[in-house]
Amino acid sequence: MRAVAAEGVWKFYGDYPALRDVILHAEPGQCLALIGRNGAGKTTLLRIIAGFSKAGRGHVRIFGNDPRETETRRRVGFIGHGISVYDELSALENLMLFGRLYHLPDPRKTAMEWLERTGLERAKDGLVREFSRGMRQRLAVARAFLHQPSVLLLDEPFTALDDRAIAVLQRLLKQALAEGRTVILSTHQLREALELATHVALLNRGAIAFHGERTPEMVSDPGWVYARYGEG
Amino acid sequence: MEFIRQMLVITGKDLRAELRTKEAINASLAFALVILLLFSFAFDPSEETTREISGGLLWIVFAFAGTLVLNRSFAREVPNDCLDGLVAAPISAAALFMGKALANFALVLAVELVSLPVFGIFYNVQWTRQFWALLLVLALGTWGLTVIGMIFSALTVNIRLRELMLPLLVYPVMIPALMGAMRLSTDLVAGKPLSSENDVWLRLLVAFDAVFSALSLVLVDTVLVG
Amino acid sequence: MREKIIYGLGVIAAVLLARNLYSIFMQLPDEASQGMIYRIIFFHVPAAITAMLCSAVACVESAMFLITRNFKHDAIALSTTEVGLAFLAANLVTGSIWGRIIWGIWWTWDARLTSALICWVLYAGYLMLRRAIEEPAERARISAVFNIFAFTDVPIVFFSIKWWRTQHPQPVFWGGGSIDPDMFRTAALNLLALCLLATVLVLIRLRQEEVQREIDTMRRYAHAI
Repeated sequence: MRAVAAEGVWKFYGDYPALRDVILHAEPGQCLALIGRNGAGKTTLLRIIAGFSKAGRGHVRIFGNDPRETETRRRVGFIGHGISVYDELSALENLMLFGRLYHLPDPRKTAMEWLERTGLERAKDGLVREFSRGMRQRLAVARAFLHQPSVLLLDEPFTALDDRAIAVLQRLLKQALAEGRTVILSTHQLREALELATHVALLNRGAIAFHGERTPEMVSDPGWVYARYGEG
Repeated sequence: MEFIRQMLVITGKDLRAELRTKEAINASLAFALVILLLFSFAFDPSEETTREISGGLLWIVFAFAGTLVLNRSFAREVPNDCLDGLVAAPISAAALFMGKALANFALVLAVELVSLPVFGIFYNVQWTRQFWALLLVLALGTWGLTVIGMIFSALTVNIRLRELMLPLLVYPVMIPALMGAMRLSTDLVAGKPLSSENDVWLRLLVAFDAVFSALSLVLVDTVLVG
Repeated sequence: MREKIIYGLGVIAAVLLARNLYSIFMQLPDEASQGMIYRIIFFHVPAAITAMLCSAVACVESAMFLITRNFKHDAIALSTTEVGLAFLAANLVTGSIWGRIIWGIWWTWDARLTSALICWVLYAGYLMLRRAIEEPAERARISAVFNIFAFTDVPIVFFSIKWWRTQHPQPVFWGGGSIDPDMFRTAALNLLALCLLATVLVLIRLRQEEVQREIDTMRRYAHAI
């Protein structure tokens, strides 16, 4: 069964189509890099896949089910533009909150594990509002990975990360892929993304202009896809 | 059971976050005290006048101060896109709403319970004669205020003039409940018990709370998920 | 085609109104206790009923939008709310004038007028809410939810204000007793005329909304290039 399948997805803002007949899928163990210019619709598409908004036409299925179903939500991890952690709580409190929401058997233990994996164990009791930007990003990563999601949806995850945070994220993503999880990430930073990606999709003005396996040409010249399939 | 467990997780989170900063609750308390102070200049607090308007005055204070707290209820989820994290989690919108409602209900009730003795002192009113009945009215009225305040806070969470819009939307809808609470409170503060004379207002409060709680639970998912 | 319907209904409404005005002023006698001014009731009460019908339609259309996500329902909800608000305002103004003539004061806290005022403020909030949201789908969704809340509150408001007033009785506009059949017929006819007028206004407003949506869409296309 396909991990993620978008079939004929349209999204309208008023009568303006932000997404036009998007057909996209990803299998378990694949890492799909979703690329496209600003305003192409990457964030819109990712948020529909994650279940934050509904498609105007068409549908999205995650492991055959609607993204909004409770069981499906348990299996999806999302990192958007915001870090989705609370400034007034500590790193540990934040992770334990999400651990409890995702009904993990031992929230504290899992939270501590992930703090270690993201290099935040020494700051576990610090309030998030005192964290540096890189630390906040790493905590967001910990939050998204905490419940061992089968599908990871990341919206421009490498933007504004410091190099330590990028290294952490790349390591975790490689591990996740090796474990058979599915990753879809939208990005401008083609180099970091194309290292990890197994597949690439180009979104151009709301429509899929290219969807296929990552090739050596793409890795050596990240602009290749834009040049070949994009519009100028 | 899962519903209740998740609800309580959210309640705990909201209470912990608020009690750590105490921003909303301090502002709300300060506001309540200021209004109580201001009103003492608006009229001459003779015993007669005070008795007539006690319920009205109390609930104006509670409504205004309460809205300050309730505005924060979903507004606190906006920084860092925390609302995304909650919507993505396997928690039903209804459990999220009820969890927050409980937390905010507790906070607003706390402000009210502090304001009552202050009111008693400033206006020289003995309000404890029908204590438990008054507490019941406080609870019912505050629940109505909480539910409406919160669902409208969720409605306006992405709007730029949120702080301005929320009171304008909440108060007209609250008028029936506020009126009932005011009538009952005036009687109870004056020492009159609940009786067949005023229990129509009690029934109004219960009906108001039931109807709007149900409506909010049904519609909250539509509000939060686009 | 739509234009023909609008014109057609408009003409019927105008003719009916003219006929009613004639009968109101020329044919019907003065009322026993109130004299000349009672004739305002032929507009005061039908305006309220029209406003109520508009708000009911708005609530249904809001619910329909939430179910189907078809923007036509949102446009109808908006148009009927606006038109209903206008008729409610007419109800308030005529009520105020009536009160001034009969009792010498511009406002009495009469149960029905007070409820009408609260409902007016409620639905004015709906319009304000719409104005504060720019994105059309979000605006439609959020305001639809608010509309449902507002409409649910309307009966609660009416009952609670009625009970409030029975505890503090105030002068009531229409004394008891039966209504003359001629007067009743005129009132009913005027209700029909006002409903037709309301329909015409809603249709015109709907057309405006459609055009606005087209413009918004074209603007987005233009920005995207």
